Amino acid sequence: MNFKPLFALFLIAFIFSCKQEKQHLTRIEGKQIAVTDSLETDPEIEAFIKPYRDHVNKNMDSVISYAMHTYSKTDGELNTAIGNLFADVMFEQGNPIFKKRTGKDIDMVLANHGGIRAIISEGNITTRTAYEIMPFENSIVVAPIKGSQVNQMIAYLLNAKRAHPISKLHIVADKNYQLVEATINNKPIDTSKIYYVATNDYLYNGGDGMTFFQPSDSLYILNYKIRNAFIDYFKNHDTINPVIDNRFIKLDH
Amino acid sequence: MKRRDFIQQTTAATALVTIGGLTLPSFSSAPKGKHITILHTNDVHSHIDPFGPEDGRNPNKGGVARRASLVQAIRNENPNTLLLDAGDIFQGTPYFNYYGGELEFKLMSKLKYDAATIGNHDFDNGIDGLYAQLPHAKFDFLSANYNFSNTILDTHVKPYKVFIKEGLKIGVFGVGIQLDGLVLKDLYKETDYLNPIEIAQDMSRILKEEEHCDLVICLSHIGYKYSNNPNKPSDLILAEKTKNIDLIIGGHTHTFLPKPTVTKNAEAKNVLVNQVGCYGINLGRIDFYFDTDKNKTANGTSIIV
Repeated sequence: MNFKPLFALFLIAFIFSCKQEKQHLTRIEGKQIAVTDSLETDPEIEAFIKPYRDHVNKNMDSVISYAMHTYSKTDGELNTAIGNLFADVMFEQGNPIFKKRTGKDIDMVLANHGGIRAIISEGNITTRTAYEIMPFENSIVVAPIKGSQVNQMIAYLLNAKRAHPISKLHIVADKNYQLVEATINNKPIDTSKIYYVATNDYLYNGGDGMTFFQPSDSLYILNYKIRNAFIDYFKNHDTINPVIDNRFIKLDH
Repeated sequence: MKRRDFIQQTTAATALVTIGGLTLPSFSSAPKGKHITILHTNDVHSHIDPFGPEDGRNPNKGGVARRASLVQAIRNENPNTLLLDAGDIFQGTPYFNYYGGELEFKLMSKLKYDAATIGNHDFDNGIDGLYAQLPHAKFDFLSANYNFSNTILDTHVKPYKVFIKEGLKIGVFGVGIQLDGLVLKDLYKETDYLNPIEIAQDMSRILKEEEHCDLVICLSHIGYKYSNNPNKPSDLILAEKTKNIDLIIGGHTHTFLPKPTVTKNAEAKNVLVNQVGCYGINLGRIDFYFDTDKNKTANGTSIIV
């Protein structure tokens, strides 16, 4: 066998390929590919996910309480059973943390009607129930605001004519939605007093047009997600039976 | 005659490659066009499972196991592929609440992601929560405009990385959105946010002039554009105020583009901006074709979107 040509070829290859030729970008093609059920499911990845999925589902479907009835945010005009539960859970779960941190009590709670994302169905309540009613990551915050700002809040609520969840605040309106009486702790709103209002970070930052939290010089962030407050509340109550009450009512005259 | 030349050249090239392969693999580059494929996702938000058939918006769409088979098929077709993510990997399904991002990072590692940038939701368990999950990520986190030097993430996030594929240098840098007002300070702690546009100007210069990259890619979580706040830094502004960037892969605004946007940079050259919505519903694919023949680029690079 004659190696000479082979060697020559090798030499050429060496010289040729070591001299890096400048590469020029000539063409770009861009698109997006939909990830749909027409694509194959990678079995190895699927098998890897499965134990995680099974654990999450098992946990999500674990029964943590029981609902006496079905509760929907459309059942009631100015206050609803589920909305009252929503605000009361924020108080009951949030107040011990706030008190421990500040030595003070939460005076009232305000959430938003739109923030109740699902009904609670009669029967078993699972962790998944908490995820359904509160899929968002919002946390409980406590805003110290003046009585005058509480009055703006009451004006907002009368104007909205919706069952925004409230707790510890009592509002009576006449048939034209004019204020008859508003109280916190059975006392009229004192415009010079500071009230500690628990809400969520979304509303505190002006969500749903709730501008009355500003200005506020300080904010207590409880680092407690509303969903987790629900999960803890359900675990603490083997049965729930919230009702429509008189916290926000309209008179017939 | 031409045909014969071609065959001869091909034969010679094959022979060269063979010999090179036997002796000096690193010098085996054949004088043919090179092809780099960039695949990308953004704002997957812990969507590991596909949406169910009953889903009101995205029935039967998404799913990591399907994305895996799609990515593998493309890698089989072109091994010179990079897979990138533009942030907001975390938050959106109970997988995140239960495992804190562990499963997301492990799956991205299995899919052989090459790099990701950091989205605002990636701070949802705090900077410590993100740090705690880093051992599960076998890919790099890139962010040039978050200064982490006074945080636990110091030295764990690089401003950029240069990948070498088929002898070509691909520089990728990351930029993230202003955290103040979007993420609680308690969560991002001493992370210092720097202007992403100015940083992108620096990064593109470094990658082009100092690192001599053949391709420069910006991995961004600053958002596509803000119609109500047109001066807020966005991918379209970043494209317009920089040079030497070939591709901006975006996130944050969950923008579903009908096709990648072609826009002009500071030198009136074309830049591609792409974002593929959210939740792993789509995979972005950008193919870059190179040639040694300068004549082919005399009329500029052709872009097909």
